[in-house]
Amino acid sequence: MLTALSVTALTLLLIYSMVTNALPAIQKFGWHFLFTSTWDPVKEIFGALPFIYGTLVSSALALLIAVPISLGIAIYLAELAPQFIRQPLSFLIELLAAIPSVVYGFWGIFGLAPFLRTAVQPFLSKYLGFLPLFQGQFFGVGMLTAGIILSIMIIPTISSISREVFLAVPSNQREAATALGATRWETIRLAVLGYSKTGVWGAVILGLGRAIGETMAVTMVIGNRPQISVSLFAPGYTMASVIANEFTEATGKLYLSSLVEIGVILFFLTLIINGIARFLIWKVSNKAKGRIRE
Amino acid sequence: MNIYKRRKIINAFMCSATFICATITLLPLISIFIYVLSKGASSLNISFFTHLPRPVGEPGGGMGNAILGTLTLIGLTCLWAIPVGVLSGVYLAEFGNNKFGAVVRFSADLLNGVPSIVIGIFAYILFVVPMKTFSALSGAFALGLIMIPTVMRTTEEILLLVPRTIREAALALGISQFRMTISIVLKTALPGIVTGILLAIARIAGETAPLLFTALGNEFWQRGIMQPIAAMPLQIFAYAISPFDDWHRQAWAASFVLITIIFLMNFISRLVIYLQRKSLKAK
Amino acid sequence: MEKVKVEGLNAYFSNIHALKGINISIKEKKVTAIIGPSGCGKSTFIRCINRLHEVVPHAKVSGRILFDGKDIYSSAIDPIEIRRRIGMVFQRPNPFPVLSIYDNVAAGLKLNGMKRKDDLDEIVEKTLKMAALWDEVKNKLNASGVSLSGGQQQRLCIARTLAVKPEVILFDEPCSALDPISTAKIEELIFQLKENYTIIIVTHNMQQAARVSDYTSFFLLGELVEFGKTQDIFTAPKDKRTEAYITGRFG
Repeated sequence: MLTALSVTALTLLLIYSMVTNALPAIQKFGWHFLFTSTWDPVKEIFGALPFIYGTLVSSALALLIAVPISLGIAIYLAELAPQFIRQPLSFLIELLAAIPSVVYGFWGIFGLAPFLRTAVQPFLSKYLGFLPLFQGQFFGVGMLTAGIILSIMIIPTISSISREVFLAVPSNQREAATALGATRWETIRLAVLGYSKTGVWGAVILGLGRAIGETMAVTMVIGNRPQISVSLFAPGYTMASVIANEFTEATGKLYLSSLVEIGVILFFLTLIINGIARFLIWKVSNKAKGRIRE
Repeated sequence: MNIYKRRKIINAFMCSATFICATITLLPLISIFIYVLSKGASSLNISFFTHLPRPVGEPGGGMGNAILGTLTLIGLTCLWAIPVGVLSGVYLAEFGNNKFGAVVRFSADLLNGVPSIVIGIFAYILFVVPMKTFSALSGAFALGLIMIPTVMRTTEEILLLVPRTIREAALALGISQFRMTISIVLKTALPGIVTGILLAIARIAGETAPLLFTALGNEFWQRGIMQPIAAMPLQIFAYAISPFDDWHRQAWAASFVLITIIFLMNFISRLVIYLQRKSLKAK
Repeated sequence: MEKVKVEGLNAYFSNIHALKGINISIKEKKVTAIIGPSGCGKSTFIRCINRLHEVVPHAKVSGRILFDGKDIYSSAIDPIEIRRRIGMVFQRPNPFPVLSIYDNVAAGLKLNGMKRKDDLDEIVEKTLKMAALWDEVKNKLNASGVSLSGGQQQRLCIARTLAVKPEVILFDEPCSALDPISTAKIEELIFQLKENYTIIIVTHNMQQAARVSDYTSFFLLGELVEFGKTQDIFTAPKDKRTEAYITGRFG
């Protein structure tokens, strides 16, 4: 009882102490903090827009890559794969979730970034270079690399939850489609995907929550430059990275307080996102329970 | 082309696409394995485990302090996080079917979703600022906050799997609910709880972000829990972003050791959970 | 005219031998009822006719089923085509919950590439009328299929099956989850449908078999015990076991 209470107490204390420590910055900059992009520790002017932008863009990019692949994996594992490879394959994919973030970042610097710089970025710029997204110099590190690393890190989350959701679809739905003369894929689309839409959204949003809070791997490959650039090849910066890089060096109350405020933004952002995800998944599991009862 | 043929082609295409999704996801896994194995395993030797880091250019040197530091941090974390996590889990499973239980569950879920870097800030504010020094203690506090929700929820889930007949048998013997929980239910669920703890340890062993401004890192052997302490993930980070090949090799070796430990723990705990569930279901 | 002819049909679930050497001949535009106690293989039998049995893991089939004289299990035949021509209505109503009433009926048509709104509208209306559901749903075609009552859902499933113009319709205990009034409506519907369709209905309700069918077959423990005109089976069964079952001595 006491320990359970302490868990709640600690959570409340976390919110309280974060907010009070962010207060100086909140009072000084107000809403400007969210919408200006000067980050100048010397003059003590702080605006977090480039970090917010970097977090949102890198996470969106991660979703763009991770969602189709995760759904593919989940469909394969739940519907199509032969029985004997389902367990080992899902174990391997879940191993991806066990690799520490810092090792991802390390691999990103020496494995992924050079590969992207020499092979992928020239290719993208040659064939899609008319888009501003794929223009500019090839650094290797940058928004694109961060997005790809993040996508690898959230694939296990999205795919394993989606798989559970697919497996929960009653078999009479699949039979209904099959008996209409649907092909295997049409059965999946009509009976499985339609039925589990809500749960899949939950899984995707949970993945988004993970991507937004992810720190080390992104810090190591995004380039850490507080700028807003349309090109995905350009370096960027995220909220979590700027905290990781500058917190110990932050001299001056306002500087530190601004970093804490970024932490507060990050906290509430993930709070809202996880809340939505949990609500969606809860809705699905309730529906499943309701079905058993009827 | 008639519609029927087109449907068959789409079917074949989409079904193979899902297979390709599953396969290309394994590529990064394989690539990371190759990097860590080829660059890490070859850099391993005795001095890696026993020596302190040496300045650039000097051969030899190791990560003895970081390995010891990681073990110390894990030990310290377990010291407070396991009792809190397990006891809260027991509370939720046995007495938590009310509003208060729901609040606790909600806060655990909330805590579980907090980015680890934010947890680091919290530990910094709570420990480092008043103590005026980075310390192992603050690091263990941060890691504990990450560990508790996992331990708590697995404990709860495993306890709920204990068959009601066992509880009823104990209650029928006239044992109070509290003693029954401790002695009988907990004993039945122990393997499951232990594996839950192992999984949680596997998760915190690789955490870096919350240690950046709590444990901070240390070039030397640790001098007590009130002082900065080295840790493998911190060392990997520091070496990885350095420009020196020697240090990169050390970092690969450390990654190899870290990943091996984490995978082993994952594997063992999954195996035990699987066996446990099976035997409980059989009963 | 015989529409479906079953020759030496065996079906298995891993190592359970669910159907043993079934031979039966189904007449066109008649209703054939399959009766028997639970677990006798009735459902397995009709699921072999539209090749749905093989979708279950570890399920196997041997023997021949001739549909208009062609073996549906021969390698030249695609099960997708067979399942369109041999429709099925299940024990529990299973409309697609995310699709509207309209889209539930149109689902099979869209799979087959029908896109023009006018064509779809026409067939959806026609089949809903055939399923005696049109008057009840014509003002809420965009509502979800699961917003209907159980009996309406089952008629919606019948409309969904009719829309793709099958030749044979299999009913797998279509009324077992329904109340008596809904049951009566479905039976009425089956009676009308046999003008244009060959119907096979599995039921554990003997009165229902007697009411709706022209022919009846009695299954027991995976074997076909007796097959004949419904009237003959119920008034003068040849086999002792059939007599015992229809007089209510077991099952």
